[in-house]
Amino acid sequence: MKEQTVRAEADSKQLIQADEHIIEILSDSGEGAQTAGQMFATMSAKAGNSVWTVEIIPAEIEPPARSAPGASGNRIRIGSFDITNAGDEADLVVAFNEQVLMGGMSAGKFESGCIILLESMWGKHPNPAIAREYAEMMEKLRKTDYRIYEVPMEAECMKYVQDARRGKNMFVVGMLCNIYSRDLNYAYKEIENRFKAKKPTLIKPNVDLLEAGYRWAEENLDFRFEIPTCPVTGSQLVTNGNTSLALGIIAAGMEVCSMYPITPATSASHYLSQALYEAGGIVHQAEDEIAACAFAIGASYAGKTAVTITSGPGMALKTELMALSVMAEIPLVLVNVQRGGPSTGLPTKVEQGDLLAAIFGTPGDAPKVVMAPATIEDCFYCMITARKIAETFRTLVVVLSDANLATGQQAFPRPQLKKEWDAPPIDQSPIPKGAKAYDWDPKTGLSRRFIPGQPGGMHTLTGLAHTRASGVAYDPEANQEGCDNRSLKLAAFQKTLKAPKVFGDADGDLLIIGWGSTKGAIEEAVTRVRKDGMKVSALHLTYLQPMASGIKEIMQQFRRVMTVEINYSDDPAHEMIDENNRRYANLAWLLRARYLIDVDCWSNVHGQPIKPGSIERMIRDRMTSKQTH
Amino acid sequence: MFGLNDTCILEQDQEYLSLEDYQGRVSRWCAGCGDNGILGATQRLCRDEQLPREKTVFVSGIGCAARFPHYMNTYGFHGLHGRALPIAQGVKIRRPDLNVFVNMGDGDCCSIGTAHWIHAIRANMDLVVMLHDNGIYGLTKNQASPTTPSGLKTNTTPRGTLLRALNPLTVTLGVTNASFVAQVGEWIPDLLYEVIRQAYHHKGLSFIRILQRCPHFTAELYASLLTNPDNILLLTHENGMQISETTAKIYKRQETHDPTDLNRAREIAEMSDKVPMGILYRNEQIGRYDELSKSGIIPNWERRAAVLESAFDRIGIQTNVPE
Ligand SMILES: Cc1ncc(C[n+]2csc(CCOP(=O)(O)OP(=O)(O)O)c2C)c(N)n1
Ligand code: SF4
Ligand SMILES: [Mg+2]
Repeated sequence: MKEQTVRAEADSKQLIQADEHIIEILSDSGEGAQTAGQMFATMSAKAGNSVWTVEIIPAEIEPPARSAPGASGNRIRIGSFDITNAGDEADLVVAFNEQVLMGGMSAGKFESGCIILLESMWGKHPNPAIAREYAEMMEKLRKTDYRIYEVPMEAECMKYVQDARRGKNMFVVGMLCNIYSRDLNYAYKEIENRFKAKKPTLIKPNVDLLEAGYRWAEENLDFRFEIPTCPVTGSQLVTNGNTSLALGIIAAGMEVCSMYPITPATSASHYLSQALYEAGGIVHQAEDEIAACAFAIGASYAGKTAVTITSGPGMALKTELMALSVMAEIPLVLVNVQRGGPSTGLPTKVEQGDLLAAIFGTPGDAPKVVMAPATIEDCFYCMITARKIAETFRTLVVVLSDANLATGQQAFPRPQLKKEWDAPPIDQSPIPKGAKAYDWDPKTGLSRRFIPGQPGGMHTLTGLAHTRASGVAYDPEANQEGCDNRSLKLAAFQKTLKAPKVFGDADGDLLIIGWGSTKGAIEEAVTRVRKDGMKVSALHLTYLQPMASGIKEIMQQFRRVMTVEINYSDDPAHEMIDENNRRYANLAWLLRARYLIDVDCWSNVHGQPIKPGSIERMIRDRMTSKQTH
Repeated sequence: MFGLNDTCILEQDQEYLSLEDYQGRVSRWCAGCGDNGILGATQRLCRDEQLPREKTVFVSGIGCAARFPHYMNTYGFHGLHGRALPIAQGVKIRRPDLNVFVNMGDGDCCSIGTAHWIHAIRANMDLVVMLHDNGIYGLTKNQASPTTPSGLKTNTTPRGTLLRALNPLTVTLGVTNASFVAQVGEWIPDLLYEVIRQAYHHKGLSFIRILQRCPHFTAELYASLLTNPDNILLLTHENGMQISETTAKIYKRQETHDPTDLNRAREIAEMSDKVPMGILYRNEQIGRYDELSKSGIIPNWERRAAVLESAFDRIGIQTNVPE
């Protein structure tokens, strides 16, 4: 529930104080709503608001103008507390035409009472069909409880520029500055930054448009908002999860990233293609995911740990090579920026459906580490950790990000670089006589890896069952020994993990367990219900395989335990579903299997980030119902 | 041990490497298997070139042929069925100091690994690629491969294969950036050695289709070439293979073929009445991915830190500090 206080201002404007607001800016693609959104988000972050931005991207490259699926833009959540997710419904929407509103409206994305600032030019459009569409939409809108303001954006902009299509977005930023009581100095600075280097002549017209928008809002709107800023100061980075991953890859000292384009993972490689090159490394676009993974394995085998980035369908193709990395103990980091599945599924949408595939997807026993960043900041640091684990334990580390993190933007403290993050140089020292390529330590299963170039270390690595000397294993004991040791490594790694901290009290009525990008939404929902005295806590897991000790003890302190995930699970209320056939969400399966605790789950595959509001409603339902599910 | 620095011992040992020094495990191929000859010729090359064993890597797929690295005393990577080439590319990309060889069967290269074959040719990285073509799936016991001659009965084609065999030479020569394409029979040791040697010295990807006898499953496949050397067309040229007089005497059918002539190379590859042996095509002017992709920037922490700090500056903000 958003908290607001309303005050009347001298000129009969309402000044509304809120602790958060969600703004959507929607246009046809190419009209600059995204730029406007990014600018306003950056300004808000600089001013000290906590910000989360999500890009709204049409599925097609050149969608038809004035169409619902063509809506392009940004969703910006600004707040005076730590914003960790995209939040609930929008409070204010700026639309460059009435059609782009359709999608959001029908998906229930706008809060009741939502303010809509709509470009009014279409109503008087010379094309009667367009004018009619506009009129029809207005009629529909009037039946809702939205507060509609028709804004003559085009007409106002034409006072300053010839082609309003190229300037409307700055007018919108100006309006938003007025609406959200933003110091225009932030905006001047942004405009300067944007145009100073490339087109300084554009600074003046953009400033004019900005000020025009500001004035128009000042003179014509009867409200203003104030979202108090939070006391954070200092250097922050504002970026999305994929860029954060890419930066983490460089910070981890990885030099080879091989990939095959796939949404929503590709933008990480886009970023790296230049950045890694400048750092002396390479992004290799292979002919397919199989080749991408093989290439990374070859590079890792002969040198520093490499990374391969993909999404679900690509990970499926890499499966056999993932097992090779485990079997031959070649360090490898595989990033899966998950999307909706199965099959080609929902390429641009959010899902966390690949957890079980990551852990168990390889035929035979292929123990590997599976971890998931929970925030955009985590995306950076987890690459450093993943590289270290892969190298130390000679194994595959799968990092599960998702579309929510990939496209969300958030500010986080600028990392202070540490040399200890860097990968050590390739070991080329001689191997002592008699040393074996898999001289497994009986306690930890660990062995020293030999890298081509090391004199005396010659051996043939193989994906066949092999002996300590890397010979093909012909006796039955040898395979058992290899499997034992590879599993032992996971146990040894597990001993280094600390139990995650409970969010909220250490005991209570309900514990909600999550993983990956849902952390912010879950904790926000838990915070809301705890304010009402509900004994609900949350637990977030970064390591899914292996899991830290102590999780069972945490769960045992709660009357009920459930997971909240964005993946498929059966509806237990369906007449066909009972305990004999109910299929659980990914993490719930894992927890049930390992801990023998009756862990329930709540999940869906709508392809959207889970809203804190829906989690909150679910919790309230469960806390008041007597059912156990 | 006794205060000796064993680095020095190693260096002394390495002074001259004999054939035995390159021999790995004892081969488990069938008696008379042509892979043995390929192994011998390769070991000879290593010895003659005195390739440092630790700087030499044999990458293979899965199959009889792919056991090859185990029988070398160098580094080896016995990978996955079909995936030898991208693995080898990965090995080479950051390690230009390594000599990288690739051994694949016809199933490995021309069936499951076809996409990699095409794209590795196009990438033209500095690799020596040997296709051990026995016209059959050996390891999995007698199934048709893409190079199995039409009509041959195998375990999966009891009524004979239906399709004409794929020609690895025409395929390779048809790929943009092919830079070295040769064919040789493994039963002609000095030709085999000579082709592998030239391949080794070629800068770029050298692709050798080696006709390899599999006495176990396709004993008849190359029989006519063995009994009648006139079925073979030797490709000779001052810039091509160097052949001994004895070889020249046995293989009388010869063509002077300039290996820079791609059109003629393609015609030769298409021949159906004779089996060409020698270097069909060679061009060292073709760009190599391993060279083209180099940034010239030395990767180290200082460099990485500089790239990161400037990226941070670009996406960084100062909060609560009005500008
Ligand atoms: C993914 C996969 N599919 C199938 C196999 C089974 N397999 C192993 S070797 C082979 C074919 C071997 O034929 P070829 O590549 O011509 O090598 P040869 O044994 O004849 O030297 C097959 C199908 C496998 N190991 N992996
Ligand atoms: S089956 Fe054929 S290819 Fe395989 S080892 Fe025996 S002879 Fe050689
Ligand atoms: Mg074969």
